[in-house]
Amino acid sequence: MTALIELEGVNKHYGDYHALRDIDLDIRAGEFFSLLGPSGCGKTTLLRAIAGLEDVTSGALRIDGRDMKGVAPNHRPTNMVFQSYAVFPHLTVAENVGFGLRRDPRSRTEKARAVETALEMVGLGGYGKRRAHALSGGQRQRVALARALILEPKVLLLDEPLSALDRLMREQMQLELIRLQRQVGITFILVTHDQEEALVMSDRIAVMFEGEIGQVADPETLYRKPATRRVAQFIGKMNFLDGRLSADGRAVEIAGLGRAGITEEISRGVSSGPVAIGIRPETLAILFEGESAPRREAEGVISEVVYYGDMTYYDVRVDGIEKPLTVSMKNLIGRPVLDVGAPARLGWDERALVLLPR
Amino acid sequence: MLLAPPFLYALALLALPILAVVLFSFWTQDFMTIDTGFTLANYREFFDKPIYTVLLGRSLMVSGIVTLVTVILAYPVAYFLSFHVAPARKSLWLFLITIPFWTSYLIRVFLWKVILGYNGVINSGLVGAGIIDEPLSFILYNVNAVIITLAHAFAPFAILPIFVALEKIDRSLIEASRDLGETRISTFFRVTLPLSMPGLVAAVLIVFIPTIGDYVTPELMGGAGGKLIANMIQTQFLQLNNAPMGAAIAIVAMTCVTAIALVFVGLNRRWLRGRG
Amino acid sequence: MKGAPLRVYAILYLLFLYAPIALLPLFAFNDATIIAFPLKGFTTHWFTDLAANTALRQAVGNSLFIAAMTAVFATLLGLCAARAGAMARFPGKGGIIGFVMLPLVLPEIIVAVSLLIVMRQVLGLNLSNWTVIAAHVLICAPFSIAILNGAFQNLDPSIEEAAMDLGESRFSAFRLVTLPLVWPGIVSSLLIAFTISLDEFIIAFFLTGANPTMPVYIWGLLRFPAQLPVVMALGTILVALSVVLLVIAELFRRRGLARAGIKDTGGFL
Repeated sequence: MTALIELEGVNKHYGDYHALRDIDLDIRAGEFFSLLGPSGCGKTTLLRAIAGLEDVTSGALRIDGRDMKGVAPNHRPTNMVFQSYAVFPHLTVAENVGFGLRRDPRSRTEKARAVETALEMVGLGGYGKRRAHALSGGQRQRVALARALILEPKVLLLDEPLSALDRLMREQMQLELIRLQRQVGITFILVTHDQEEALVMSDRIAVMFEGEIGQVADPETLYRKPATRRVAQFIGKMNFLDGRLSADGRAVEIAGLGRAGITEEISRGVSSGPVAIGIRPETLAILFEGESAPRREAEGVISEVVYYGDMTYYDVRVDGIEKPLTVSMKNLIGRPVLDVGAPARLGWDERALVLLPR
Repeated sequence: MLLAPPFLYALALLALPILAVVLFSFWTQDFMTIDTGFTLANYREFFDKPIYTVLLGRSLMVSGIVTLVTVILAYPVAYFLSFHVAPARKSLWLFLITIPFWTSYLIRVFLWKVILGYNGVINSGLVGAGIIDEPLSFILYNVNAVIITLAHAFAPFAILPIFVALEKIDRSLIEASRDLGETRISTFFRVTLPLSMPGLVAAVLIVFIPTIGDYVTPELMGGAGGKLIANMIQTQFLQLNNAPMGAAIAIVAMTCVTAIALVFVGLNRRWLRGRG
Repeated sequence: MKGAPLRVYAILYLLFLYAPIALLPLFAFNDATIIAFPLKGFTTHWFTDLAANTALRQAVGNSLFIAAMTAVFATLLGLCAARAGAMARFPGKGGIIGFVMLPLVLPEIIVAVSLLIVMRQVLGLNLSNWTVIAAHVLICAPFSIAILNGAFQNLDPSIEEAAMDLGESRFSAFRLVTLPLVWPGIVSSLLIAFTISLDEFIIAFFLTGANPTMPVYIWGLLRFPAQLPVVMALGTILVALSVVLLVIAELFRRRGLARAGIKDTGGFL
């Protein structure tokens, strides 16, 4: 696949504040791409730079091979769904959706048909005559989507579009956005601070911290093989232990758990010596009576129990490990919920280790 | 830079002119010719002749009393508006309060003369009701009349800022205070009043400062003993044609007002900090 | 702090506010030259006198011209300031806006004498309607800024960006989206500035030229007891006129809020 959007050494300064630092990024045609990061990481600035709403201080930005320097937002092949939706309150739903068609040479009736088609696409068929400010949050969001998609942009930019919706609505809209993206086949770029949302929706994700891109990868790689400790911490839950990688890269000495042999795939990219070792809670297990670990075991004491209904999260204190290890267990039939202070046998698996530079 | 036009306008028609006033106050004028030699003569005259200091003192006192009366009378109205009027009807109340303010100032002042005058509404009412035999004379052509009229004229100026400050108070703070064991009254003094202080301060300044500059009310209502410093400034400029002296009086008056305002704001800030 | 006594107090307060104005029509239609009780009888001849007074008609014409010009210029300045205020942040912005708003708390006589000195002594200009307009724009601009600030702050800042994103230029985005949304604010700013200017006396008295403004003319009439009933008649008309203007301004303000889909939170200022 070819790159639709190319960023090369993009920097953005606001006075002393360095909002974007040397961003290099390729976004492919037709992919669902997410910019993920904590607030203030520069993800929205990057999105607005692509839209042309923000000038970049230095670096090159190309869309479809064309340099975008000095190109106003109205002349870019991008359209945006704003965080506040920015639905024009003085217009009707249909007038909002048809807003960008003012210079379109088509006839009035053809435009009206296009508006209705766009409204149907987002599930608002028949809403055209309503006043925009009388709509609910979810409906406004759909108007904003239809308004952008009707212009058939090469890229649709979405700035935290789901953050103002309640949870049920958000989950529904996530699925709907995926469906829409597949239907229209254009590139979607989503800005979000919600890692779950990014994992669910995206083909690829760029994780950003403090104006820099920490890692660009597909969701599974990002989860299983985070490039840095920071990325690992931001995505999912992760226990961190101190360890030491052997010179040949095939074994680690883990504080409190002992020595483990590892594959070359796990140690790839990490130099020998002191390393940080990540273990996801779901790759650990508490062993109940009669059960035994398929690979490795350790002894510990339960120091905290958090019950989630379908899952229980345990903190297990193990000698030689500074912080208790978090273990998540499915609450299967017949499996008891243990109490704080109970002794616990811990099962772990060296295949699930994540090695990171310390 | 969109701010440039209003800024330049204010610079050209406010800052520069005030500078010119300062400059003029150090000059002297003899009939039509202006002597641009630097002199403190105007200021010396101001502090030597008792008439000026007496007028300034009276002006500050009148403005102070007007401010006190206006703000104290206005606070309950603002409180009522904010806490006891249904949200849908608030703008109607505000509208009713602001309407009198927008009607001809001169005529409003004059009407107070009709109300307070020798044959005015109050006197003829009281005489007609047999409460008094002779019309009261202490309510017109003196300082009292000036105070009443000014307090009336500046009422909406006091109500609006207090109302805005009260509206901003998070209602759950008041509920929290009640929940923590305070009575309605003590909640008012420990929570509502301190939180509405910014509005109260704004109200005080917005009444105190402009009342110093009013010469209409004292001229019409004050009689001989009720003239204020603004009348003197006006006389110097328009009748005696002594702009430098008028400028000096204006500068002294302005400085006093600014100083009092700053002291007031400072004391208030300290008081609030002392509590918090 | 129960509501009932406060309500009684607030109503009494309103009566106090309206007491002088309530007298206006009484004396305007009273068939006596002396403005005092008891009333003598009904007449409308003060109003016919008013219509016959050419000097007054001229003064009213002057004032209307001054008020109209003031309204336009003050609103233009207000638009610039309010838009800048709603947009970028930059160092010293608060100070600049504070300075522009200063005439709101400055004693009017200070504004009057400082402008008089500059116009007459420094620039050597003759006083005219335009000197009054210059001063009135200065004192009306803060009101316009306050009103328009309200209108601009109710705007979602991304709404203009959305229009640009959908293909409009910066200017057409302003025209198609921002202007319709702040239009009611502009109308109420025009009306408020007009009303203030029409009524302003303290400054106009200093700066008025050979042709007096209406308040300056009224000031002159107040010295002649025989003319007072005519003043009452004029006052009645003025009050009625300001009420009409203010009602229109308020309706526009509310329509603006309704259009932007915002709950009403209060009146002017």
